[in-house]
Amino acid sequence: MDEFKAVLQRPDFTDNVIIHIEYLLLATLIGILVSIPLAVLVHRSPSASTAAINVGNIGRAVPSLAVLVLMFPVFGLGFDSALFALTLVAIPPILINAVVGLRQVSPQILDSAKGMGLSGRQILSGIQVPIAAPIIFAGIRTSAVQVVASATLATFIGGGGLGDYIVEGYQRNSTAIALAGAISVAVLAFITEVGFWGLERTFTPKGLKIAQRRGRTGK
Amino acid sequence: MGSVLLTPPIAILAFLQTEFATGEQKEVGFIDWAWIQENFTEDIVPAFFQSIYLCFISLAIAIIISVPLGILSARYRALYPPLTAITGFFYTIPSFSMFTILLFVIGFEIGATPAIVALVLYSLLVLIRNVVTGLDSVPPETKDAARGMGLTDRQILFRVELPLALPVIVAGMRIAIVTLIGISVIGAYIGAGGLGTLIFDGITRDFPTLYVTGAVLSTLLALAADLLFVGAERILSPWASRSRGAT
Repeated sequence: MDEFKAVLQRPDFTDNVIIHIEYLLLATLIGILVSIPLAVLVHRSPSASTAAINVGNIGRAVPSLAVLVLMFPVFGLGFDSALFALTLVAIPPILINAVVGLRQVSPQILDSAKGMGLSGRQILSGIQVPIAAPIIFAGIRTSAVQVVASATLATFIGGGGLGDYIVEGYQRNSTAIALAGAISVAVLAFITEVGFWGLERTFTPKGLKIAQRRGRTGK
Repeated sequence: MGSVLLTPPIAILAFLQTEFATGEQKEVGFIDWAWIQENFTEDIVPAFFQSIYLCFISLAIAIIISVPLGILSARYRALYPPLTAITGFFYTIPSFSMFTILLFVIGFEIGATPAIVALVLYSLLVLIRNVVTGLDSVPPETKDAARGMGLTDRQILFRVELPLALPVIVAGMRIAIVTLIGISVIGAYIGAGGLGTLIFDGITRDFPTLYVTGAVLSTLLALAADLLFVGAERILSPWASRSRGAT
């Protein structure tokens, strides 16, 4: 137990926690900035949407270790290489959910919005995005949790992060060091899951929450 | 923008870069094709089959656990929230942490067993959820009609509800198998074998041929498994293929 605490008090531990959180925030943020405009762009055309979803499904199938390892020959060892790979890991779930979310807004709602004289942009920002928000945020949450998990593997391409301690623990056969890494990553994953779940609740429009509740009691 | 579309060109790019940058004096390129040829049957093929074995045995065990639990939670609703909470807890633990906890805390020996245990734990959430969603999607009228025809509860379950729920259950298997392949690659670090072994050996020996082979083959395996289950889903729900669209 003392040995475990000693690892947490090492100065490089704080650095690696920060690196891990940087991976989480940057990869997820870049993932959002790439996926959501793309989804807005394709969602009107059924064939482009299907293509985007299929690409997303393919992207989601690629093992994250494979993505990381294949970045290494291109960008070399280090943080940037890992960040690029983790961004690729973050994109598919957000992209899929954003396309599905924007497309599932019912045509009747869109028609009535058009009938009220709203412009295309107003319909998108005032109606489609708020209605799709819970689904989009669910995608962001999936991505964020996945980035936390995959960032543990950044250690294999010299990207640092909390995976360093797991590997060090294996190499020195030290339970304390390995668990210091493993448990802190798991805790970070739970905080991410709960935090993004909170965001999802906050950004669900009030009317939609009421409708969800009615839908549940109605059935 | 999916990563797979980018990775092959990137791999080719890297290959060309090193091939041309180092000029003629270099005999072996970035990818050592001779090595691949020599070790194909001894190293690469067994690793590939070990990966398939790990994932499918884990999926099979997970199905055996999840289907009864899913049926029970569809019947007794009180079971469902705690069950999703527990399996959701497992699902959130990053795989490298899970392996480490299984080895250092639970005390598993290095090898395939802790990897299979982890893979089973990861599949439960998706599988149970899809069994319940699938059973819920069976219209009450259909069940009423079956009951009116004199079928017992058990007959309704096996002849009406499960067959109708099957496409949704298979959709869950599809998500599960793709996740499993991704995680099983990391399992090589704790001695589970498979394509991940090529990746980790390649990294420690600083031999790109090995890890690129491992990465490319594990990607292909995941895509093939994904396609296999998409196909199964389509075959099982011919009536839905037109209306359901992409998802």
